[in-house]
Amino acid sequence: MKSLLIISRHAPTRHAAREALDVALAAAAFDVPCGILFMDDGVFQLMRGQDAAQIGQKSLAANLQALPLFGVEDVLVCQHSLGERGLQASQCLLEARVVNNAEIATLIEHYDQILTL
Amino acid sequence: MAGLLCFHWVGFMKFAIALLAGPQDPAARSALEFARAVLSSGHQISHLFFYREAVHLASLLGVQPQDEQDITAEWRQFITEHRLDAVVCIAAALRRGVLDKAEAQRWERPAANTAAPWELSGLGQWVDALQSADRAVTFGT
Repeated sequence: MKSLLIISRHAPTRHAAREALDVALAAAAFDVPCGILFMDDGVFQLMRGQDAAQIGQKSLAANLQALPLFGVEDVLVCQHSLGERGLQASQCLLEARVVNNAEIATLIEHYDQILTL
Repeated sequence: MAGLLCFHWVGFMKFAIALLAGPQDPAARSALEFARAVLSSGHQISHLFFYREAVHLASLLGVQPQDEQDITAEWRQFITEHRLDAVVCIAAALRRGVLDKAEAQRWERPAANTAAPWELSGLGQWVDALQSADRAVTFGT
């Protein structure tokens, strides 16, 4: 099996965020070794205490929490993107490994395929 | 952009190409030009996958001004001419009102707007395509 890293870069209000999670969950459901890296505005998806219903949206929390249950091995969050937005890993609603730019380069090297969504 | 990718010649390769952007995004054309270049270089396209806004390419109802190019028609011709497997993500398509006859009936909608060569199917098709391809390339953000 070829391993797959999904890089999710969209804010949770964007539909693209949900569609990136769908790809990760579909890949994991097919037993593809899979990781997801939240980067840029994608890090906002992980923040606790959001109320999507206030803007007429459905929360992403259930899909995010399904990632480890479906067997998505690596849940990663970009340190630089967190820092740029004044956020901390402790605010994340699920356990995500914080990775710096050098580690991201290694990840991209390590995975067989990369999808930026 | 895939413009910077450089492939060493190791015989023909199987490409899986995914497009995420809609007909109004220049990425729709970049992807088509790339797909043409893949075939003209002697490689194969094992799968095309249309996700997110790219599902609108499968709509047969768009009307372009006569002095503008019709990217959806170009994609359709390219897929038909080369008999390619062109899968449109069914969940993304339903959300955006791109339905074939079967889905229009299933959801009791008054009209269908897509048909062959496009095929509505699940994300699993893309996951499979990624596994079997030598190179997977995505266009659009």
